[in-house]
Amino acid sequence: MEDSILTLRGIKVNFRTIDGIVEAVKGVSLDVRAGETVAIVGESGSGKSQLMMGTMGLLASNGTIEGVADYRGTNLVGLSKQQLNTIRGRKITMIFQEPMTSLDPLYTIGNQLIEPIVHHQKISVSEAKARAIEMMKLVKIQDPERRMGSYPHEMSGGQRQRVMIAMALANDPDLLIADEPTTALDVTIQAEILELMAGLQKRLGMGMIFITHDLNIVRRIAGRVVVMRYGEVVEEGDTKSIFANPKHPYTKALLDAEPTGRKAPPAAKAPKILDGTNVSVTFEIGGGFLAGPPLLLKAVDHVSVVLKQGQTIGIVGESGSGKSTLARALLRLLPSEGAIVFEGRDIAKLNKEEMRPLRKQIQIVLQDPFGSLSPRMTAGQIVTEGLLVHEPSISSGERDARAIQALEEVQLDPKLRNRYPHEFSGGQRQRIAIARAIILKPRLIVLDEPTSALDRQVQGQIIELLRDLQIKNNLSYLFISHDLAVVRAMADHIMVMKDGRLVEQGTPDEILENPREDYTKRLMAAAFA
Amino acid sequence: MLRYVIRRLLTAIPTLFVIVTISFFLMRVAPGGPFNQEKGLNPDIKANLERVYHLDESLLMQYLRYLWNLVRGDFGPTYTSPDFTVAERFANGLPVSIQLGGMALILALLIGGALGIIAALHQNKWEDYSVIATATAGSTIPTFVIAPLFQLFFALSLKWFPVGGWGDGALINKVGPVLTLMLPQLAIVARLMRGSMIESLHSHHIRTARALGLSDYAIIIRHALRGALLPVVSYAGPAAAALLTGSVIVETIFSIPGVGREFVFSALNRDYTMVMGTVVVIALFTISFNLIVDILYAVVDPRVRYD
Amino acid sequence: MTDIAAAPPKAGRSLWADAWARLKANKAAMVSAYYLVFIAVLCIAGPWFTPHQFTTIYQDYNRVPPSLSAYPKPEMLDLAVTDAVRRSRVDLLSWEQKDGKIYITVTSAKPIDERMTRYIDRSSVFEGAQIVDKSADGLKVILSAEIERKYFFFGTDNSGRDLLTRTLVAGRVSLAIGLLAGLVAVVIGVLYGAAAGFLGGRTDEVLMRIVDILYSLPFIFFVIMLVVFFGRNFVLMFLAVGAVLWLDMARIVRGQALSIKRQEYVQAAEALGVTRTGILLRHVVPNLLGPVVIYMTLLVPQVIILESFLSFLGLGVQEPMASWGVLISQGANNMPGANWLLFFPSLFLTTTLFALNFIGDGLRDALDPKDR
Repeated sequence: MEDSILTLRGIKVNFRTIDGIVEAVKGVSLDVRAGETVAIVGESGSGKSQLMMGTMGLLASNGTIEGVADYRGTNLVGLSKQQLNTIRGRKITMIFQEPMTSLDPLYTIGNQLIEPIVHHQKISVSEAKARAIEMMKLVKIQDPERRMGSYPHEMSGGQRQRVMIAMALANDPDLLIADEPTTALDVTIQAEILELMAGLQKRLGMGMIFITHDLNIVRRIAGRVVVMRYGEVVEEGDTKSIFANPKHPYTKALLDAEPTGRKAPPAAKAPKILDGTNVSVTFEIGGGFLAGPPLLLKAVDHVSVVLKQGQTIGIVGESGSGKSTLARALLRLLPSEGAIVFEGRDIAKLNKEEMRPLRKQIQIVLQDPFGSLSPRMTAGQIVTEGLLVHEPSISSGERDARAIQALEEVQLDPKLRNRYPHEFSGGQRQRIAIARAIILKPRLIVLDEPTSALDRQVQGQIIELLRDLQIKNNLSYLFISHDLAVVRAMADHIMVMKDGRLVEQGTPDEILENPREDYTKRLMAAAFA
Repeated sequence: MLRYVIRRLLTAIPTLFVIVTISFFLMRVAPGGPFNQEKGLNPDIKANLERVYHLDESLLMQYLRYLWNLVRGDFGPTYTSPDFTVAERFANGLPVSIQLGGMALILALLIGGALGIIAALHQNKWEDYSVIATATAGSTIPTFVIAPLFQLFFALSLKWFPVGGWGDGALINKVGPVLTLMLPQLAIVARLMRGSMIESLHSHHIRTARALGLSDYAIIIRHALRGALLPVVSYAGPAAAALLTGSVIVETIFSIPGVGREFVFSALNRDYTMVMGTVVVIALFTISFNLIVDILYAVVDPRVRYD
Repeated sequence: MTDIAAAPPKAGRSLWADAWARLKANKAAMVSAYYLVFIAVLCIAGPWFTPHQFTTIYQDYNRVPPSLSAYPKPEMLDLAVTDAVRRSRVDLLSWEQKDGKIYITVTSAKPIDERMTRYIDRSSVFEGAQIVDKSADGLKVILSAEIERKYFFFGTDNSGRDLLTRTLVAGRVSLAIGLLAGLVAVVIGVLYGAAAGFLGGRTDEVLMRIVDILYSLPFIFFVIMLVVFFGRNFVLMFLAVGAVLWLDMARIVRGQALSIKRQEYVQAAEALGVTRTGILLRHVVPNLLGPVVIYMTLLVPQVIILESFLSFLGLGVQEPMASWGVLISQGANNMPGANWLLFFPSLFLTTTLFALNFIGDGLRDALDPKDR
């Protein structure tokens, strides 16, 4: 293509590892024209990031790249570092996912903004400073003069990502590569950053490559989509036509992976399972000898929850909203104030010993499928651990039979029960965690972001499984998530939390179609724009 | 910042107090006393001596007396050399130990730091492997093996340096002790520096700097090195305190009249005040250097400034 | 699409099995492990097979250099004969060597007592001395004696003791102290650190404050005090060393315990209602074992160095027992005349330390969960 500013042809990226050569990218070709936004979509491990890292000469030391990456007549592959540095940061720049760590913590924002400007444009520091402040205004950072003297740790994630964008754009590049720039941010911030980037791209007329796993974002920002899987491009085309008419089965699967369906509310006279009234949790921060009194932080502030049998309450909020803390307090895993009644019994004042028999009825599935399984126990041992506590009399043979049964229920091959967690994929691990919860036949399960660490497709399968289990066993769920699409598919009642307080609650239709509170509206706008 | 320093100094006082207390009683529990060594010492003379030094008082009384004197900056007399006070003995020994330890420390930090950086920049290449080999050797072979070998080759066979002695601080006399003091420290610094530099080079903000096309110099020196210095700084504090207060082994082997050698001698002879003095001096050094490290840390890393 | 792998049933590979496989692939660590076993067997069994006791003193072989051929060397015979004859208080006329025997002709102003052969036997060079011929007046006697062949592969020390045997016996002491004191340090450190990490809160604060204070106590002082207090007793020695080196272990274990306590799998177990003991046994101990094993292998060389260091200062193992530190100290005092006295013990000590370090590094690489 004549007007292409970056032309990739047959790019291969390999990594030397202890287990041999790993082919991360297996011959990818693509073009980016001036002023267009191309989204590269794929799940983790698809090679989408490594493709662009390789092009930019940023591979880890055990990685190699082959092929042609032509930028306006120069092949970037095989260029010396000095030559590459005349293009990198000047003509092509890149920003990354981790806003918390992508800036040098030891230098001020101003310092870090000025450095690449001086380096590439060879202008004086005062001129560069003026340019830096101009850039800060461009990315809409309040009070830029003062902010120049701030350190990264004094800024929020969203602000840092704005600074990253300012740094990347300060030298008027032709092409900006953005590697999942919004993934680590809360949804409302995510929306702001996306808006900013789309606006800047149009205003500055630069090309943009947007790497993401999130189809929602693609629809919003990109003109063209490249779908990658296992290091290869499986499909590419206009965003509209891909979304309207996907050809490759993988693309179809990706588009279908958005969780669908709704949950019917429980019968009106279904009995109450859990009734928490005015639950509050306070954390002490700091304090101690000579350090003065500790800072008190109200993580949960007088929140009441009523959960009926067969019901799923979705608790929604951004990080720090207190949703996980609330759930743990309701399970009596954290000290709290307020009344908690479980099946007609006040459990708020029970001690550890008195609480233990009740634990059989109340289970929890945690977010991190890697961290929530003990790495030194087999899947079978993990699943049956609860039986050791609550049914100590049964024989090991019976335990094994129960493990098989539970694993079958979560659709995991019971033959795998002697394997260790590291031998399973993320989705499989989450199934093990669910099996550990249901083997005790609980009445209530708290699901704390059970799908957040998983790829979209696997996410859909886990949601399907959770819904089936609920119907089969008449379970009640407290479903905690920041992902409104998932909550919409799972819950029949939604509670929105912010800063430890309950902002709004109601049925999914009430909340999602007709949000009353400002915060909820912003949340909706960000998730379903 | 100033408040932080003051708070740290205030917490140092109870620490020092506990150290003095533990040391005092631990030493007194051990059998023997300063005047038991010389057999056949006339019991009357012994009693007299003990009265002069208040050793006939109750242990508690002695302890309180010692504390009181200490608060006034008085370390007391020595038992093994009656003509000197503890303070005077330190005035002689400490400068010697500080000179040797200081030189060893500076060399270890400079050379070890440089080696560590070189290794990190050439990870898994021959430069890296040679630094690792040197560091492994340096930290594995004990000083009491290296020191005699140094004497054997460079002093006895080649006759480049004297076998030992202080020689009134002649440079040639310091070479052996400084080198043997330096080597293990150098090895540890090189290892630490290599590790933290590699970690630093892999950090996200270095990736950002590369993506922005900054020069290697700016990336390595300005961004990677500054962060990588932090673990080395926190190691250097206690290491400095240990080095500057003298090494028992090196001073013994090279016959250097420093604090370390005196200390062993004093301990063996139950020279209570001398031993206590050494403990206090070492603890003071340790506390001060830990404080210096914390302040340096705050200078290098803005994130800890408001702690 | 499903994420269930259709793999045949098989037993899982635990992290321990993985680590073991990785350790076996690490050449330096494996060679070191074999070397260490070799040294250990050599030191334990060796002294029974060497032809000397570690306490036996050979007066005629003071500071003889190491040699693969037998002693006495031909050039030493003259001196040995002269010495032996002088001790018998007779005069040497001549001597000759024939068929591996030595024939000595002596004279005296007084008649020679036949019991003088005992003086010849008393020399460590000769044995079975007997009178072959005697002049009629008894003033001249021809003796024969076997030459006792002795091997000193590592030479002998100042008092004429076999260095090979002494080095091996010293190895027993050094390795035993290393292992026992290492164990003492690990036990104290693990219990203390685990208590601090597990009980948390105020207890943790107090326990760790104590460790901080002990850290700023001059460590040499501590050891020397303990050694003085225990009266230089070999058995109690390792207690002293172990009691000092547990501090690092306590810190490491506490840190690990704290981080394990925060792991989601512990939270999950708490939510299951698992008791404290259950959490400790099933979750904490297995995950703590890795770092403890790694640290233990790194602790043993530290202990050996510390013991050698004390022995070097004369505060450790006492004569006639020896440890490598004792021997190195003697070697250092005999430079440059008898360098082998420094060389062999240093070689044994240093190679053992290297082997232990390589094993420790290998274990760390094998067990470090960062790889995953």
